[in-house]
Amino acid sequence: MFNSAIGKDFDYREEFMTQVSMTVNGQAASGDVEGRTLLSTFLRETLGLTGAHVGCDTSQCGACVVHVDGKAVKSCTMLAQEAAGATVDTIEGQANADGSLNVIQQAFQDHHGLQCGFCTPGMVMSAAALLKENPKPTEAEVRHYLEGNLCRCTGYHNIVKAIMAASGQDAEAIAAE
Amino acid sequence: MYNFEFEKPTTVADAVAALGGDDAQALGGGQTLIPTLKQRLNQPGKLVSLTGISEMNGVSVDGGVVTVGAATCHADVEAGAGAYPALAALAGQIGDPAVRNRGTVGGSLANNDPAACYPSAALGSGATIVTNTREIAADDYFQGMFSTALEEGEIITAVKFPIPDCASYQKFLQPASRFALTGVFVAKYGDNVRVAVTGASEEGVFRWAEAEAALSANFAPEAIDGLSVSADGMVGDIHGTPAYRAHLVGVMTKRAVAAAH
Ligand SMILES: Cc1cc2nc3c(=O)[nH]c(=O)nc-3n(C[C@H](O)[C@H](O)[C@H](O)COP(=O)(O)OP(=O)(O)OC[C@H]3O[C@@H](n4cnc5c(N)ncnc54)[C@H](O)[C@@H]3O)c2cc1C
Ligand code: FES
Ligand code: FES
Repeated sequence: MFNSAIGKDFDYREEFMTQVSMTVNGQAASGDVEGRTLLSTFLRETLGLTGAHVGCDTSQCGACVVHVDGKAVKSCTMLAQEAAGATVDTIEGQANADGSLNVIQQAFQDHHGLQCGFCTPGMVMSAAALLKENPKPTEAEVRHYLEGNLCRCTGYHNIVKAIMAASGQDAEAIAAE
Repeated sequence: MYNFEFEKPTTVADAVAALGGDDAQALGGGQTLIPTLKQRLNQPGKLVSLTGISEMNGVSVDGGVVTVGAATCHADVEAGAGAYPALAALAGQIGDPAVRNRGTVGGSLANNDPAACYPSAALGSGATIVTNTREIAADDYFQGMFSTALEEGEIITAVKFPIPDCASYQKFLQPASRFALTGVFVAKYGDNVRVAVTGASEEGVFRWAEAEAALSANFAPEAIDGLSVSADGMVGDIHGTPAYRAHLVGVMTKRAVAAAH
């Protein structure tokens, strides 16, 4: 392709991009990325899956948490090419097959575990990772596990309640602080 | 971020070859390096990921030594280093779950952040840092804040931690960064006690010799009574003054001794 700015044939895609493929929410997905392309950028901009939010882009807030091979990771702090061949799960794949909210999502709604909703995709994905490892966590374990997920609205209390309820425990037993 | 090439070799030999070129840099879990690149503080031409190298991954126990592959993430050390409970507990206190699922022991030791947790475990255990070319004693490895004995292009492949009679890491959390405001690792090997302090000194991790001598004679929290470290050369920032950190060194050492029993 002739590039008039530099006066010669130059194909950026050819020069600097690589194709990556991975399984996202159970479906094969692929696209061209640069070395520096973040997994969050690939999901949001290449695949159009904008559920994982970029809150800080400095690895602090956890709004971008997705699962890579079943493990919670901050997608803003992983290169897309590191996830080549991996199984990636995002908030978009969490609902039940019939489209209804899954247990954790429904519990967030029932217990007002969100206000503006910006942190929620990361919260739900972290909660899902926690409950997979530890199906009946204590309140302290829930709070400890959420240390990397910041919420500027709820004060966390209702998020903790929602996760206790999603694990089949009595959410109302948690006293407000 | 400036752009770079990305390579993901599957053997140490291929990684070393890939790092041979100009301005190539190793990539562990990226939990420190990617944020640095986003700030354009660094401009490597190529990143060589070490996380696809199976010989650098995993925890094994043999003859009183826990060997951790340098590309093993903190969560896997937490789960796999049961033979050295204080080490497993330290790994489980780093950052948050998502950081622990990516960050690696090799990356932490190569970076040698003055507030990082792993350097205190390596120095406090008298660990051996194994690289692609040699073995380095922890006492020779740490050379001040963010600097180590590693040469250009040299990669850590594993870390060998001798298992002590008992040990504990006590971290006073800096809640915003999740690093240690001050952390102390105490380990007892027979009559020999090692005390390594992180987060406090401007020189990075260090051994507290007076406490080691006192604890080797009497392994009890009271042995620390009357001892103190000087505030000279301690880190001072909005989270704590040098005097506060110097005080925390004594407090966290006592807590570690009490918890190690
Ligand atoms: C929110 C947050 C909280 C954190 N909290 C803590 C904490 O409480 N305690 C703590 O100790 N750390 C903490 N960290 C840092 C974390 O543990 C990092 O994972 C670690 O310091 C670097 O490891 P990495 O594998 O991510 O390395 P990278 O970021 O990939 O690399 C760091 C440096 O090491 C080099 N490198 C990587 N691997 C090797 C190797 N095998 N051989 C030679 N050089 C190598 C790289 O070239 C780079 O210069 C935190 C990080 C974040 C984002
Ligand atoms: S956007 Fe990834 S941690 Fe905040
Ligand atoms: S609901 Fe607004 S940030 Fe959590």
